[in-house]
Amino acid sequence: MKQGIFKIIENTPLTETVYRMRLVGDTGAITASGQFVNLLLSGRFLRRPISVCDCEGDVLTLVYKVVGQGTAQMSAMRTGDTLDILTGLGNGYDLSASGDRPLLLGGGVGVPPLYMLAKRLIAEGKHVSVILGFNTKDEVFYEEEFRALGADVTVTTVDGSYGVRGFVTNAMESIDYTYFYTCGPEPMLRAVHGASRTGGQLSFEERMGCGFGACMGCSCKTLTGNKRICKEGPVMRKEEILWSEK
Amino acid sequence: MNTKVNLCGIELDNPVIPASGCFGYGYEFAELYDINCLGTFSFKGTTKDPRFGNPTPRIAECTAGMINAVGLQNPGVEKVISEELPRLKACFSKPVMANVSGFSVEDYAYTCELLDKEEQVGWLEVNVSCPNVHGGGMSFGTSPEAAATVTRAVKAVTKKPVIIKLSPNVTDIVSIAKACEEAGADGISLINTLLGMRIDLARRRPVIANKMGGFSGSAIFPVAVRMVYQVSHAVKIPVVGMGGVSSAEDVIEMMMAGATAVEVGAANLVNPYASRDIIEELPDVMKKYRIENLSDIIGVV
Repeated sequence: MKQGIFKIIENTPLTETVYRMRLVGDTGAITASGQFVNLLLSGRFLRRPISVCDCEGDVLTLVYKVVGQGTAQMSAMRTGDTLDILTGLGNGYDLSASGDRPLLLGGGVGVPPLYMLAKRLIAEGKHVSVILGFNTKDEVFYEEEFRALGADVTVTTVDGSYGVRGFVTNAMESIDYTYFYTCGPEPMLRAVHGASRTGGQLSFEERMGCGFGACMGCSCKTLTGNKRICKEGPVMRKEEILWSEK
Repeated sequence: MNTKVNLCGIELDNPVIPASGCFGYGYEFAELYDINCLGTFSFKGTTKDPRFGNPTPRIAECTAGMINAVGLQNPGVEKVISEELPRLKACFSKPVMANVSGFSVEDYAYTCELLDKEEQVGWLEVNVSCPNVHGGGMSFGTSPEAAATVTRAVKAVTKKPVIIKLSPNVTDIVSIAKACEEAGADGISLINTLLGMRIDLARRRPVIANKMGGFSGSAIFPVAVRMVYQVSHAVKIPVVGMGGVSSAEDVIEMMMAGATAVEVGAANLVNPYASRDIIEELPDVMKKYRIENLSDIIGVV
């Protein structure tokens, strides 16, 4: 973990509620895809945990959805503004288990952390399939960005207004994969967990206090003991998840 | 300039003490800075048996503060001694404050007796805000008699200074502090969190799974200063002040109100360097207010 001051170089809407913010600063503590950062907003007591979408050199990319007052405040920030950010939080995805044909499944604002993961898996020569799930056509983002990396991309929408109608699990059946990685709302994670035929890793969300393991605000029980979503998580292995305790 | 204070017979290099539950067992913070700059710190509340705590969500944000309902998650006193204290010792060389909670008088005595034997433990800080399972769930800290009973039981089995940590959620905090003093307490620390609640408007239900939780952060500072003032002027034993402290000025204000030492809680969760920053700011702030010895200002108001 590292604390640093980052300068915003871009903050643009991708959809009505989803924004991409790119910042420049010391990204040295960010070691894995699937990690998150915790940013301090003026006038807000607690920091906001946001997953890392991409990190290249000293540029950090965050793709976030406006869901409350804090993210609304973020969306109003401008190029040149600065943010106090804790970086390098959480365990992130473990690439070593992926096999040759990993499948990445993202739901809504669970899509962003899969971007850097896809980039790294493709750099290792893996054949990466991605399923991006949204409610409706207007909410779709990052389809082209994943395609530009060289991933096989399928988009699903619940209302069928774009791509495959239904949930990410509907598109999952026809794909041949060796391992899965996923991030999204909990009902989606449960469905993916249930439908999957291989091992995999799932990224969870929880309300956090500190984001770095001190307050025990985001603990959960797993088959391998109590874990803090912010420290031993947010990524858990399929075989350790105790859904009854979620 | 002198920042040293004496807390129950043990000298502290400075009065700044990260509060229990906001600093783990120290090692997460030791990755960021040398925590030996602290006066001491109060480690995560320890109970007789391991506890997972409450269901999540356990955290809610508030204006200038937060609510937590962690529920005393800890691995239990045996594991704290066998696993956490050795890790703590590797990054902190000063006497540490052992924070203890219990759900019966026997629990408190059992846990304190074991921790009292640990060389690195300098003080026992006994949190009496927990519900008494044999007393209808009422918190020990809400009655002078129950708080005194816990104090006597702990004092009977320990040699180290015992500091009783009081809840502010009471009608008359002074009577409870005095009862603890009469029962043999070596010090009083206050305030624990204020009982609070937030509601998620869209979901029409409490933000926190446990519905209510402890409100902390800078919003509660004036309440804490007031209670520290009231208690410190009513008892002869030292008082450790806490509640919303987030700057060197706050430390000095607490000390002027009557605190011998000052705990820093939620501020550590927002800025992991908060306690170190406060210690670094102290000399300049002392200079600004013409304070040569920090101990001279204890209770000057």
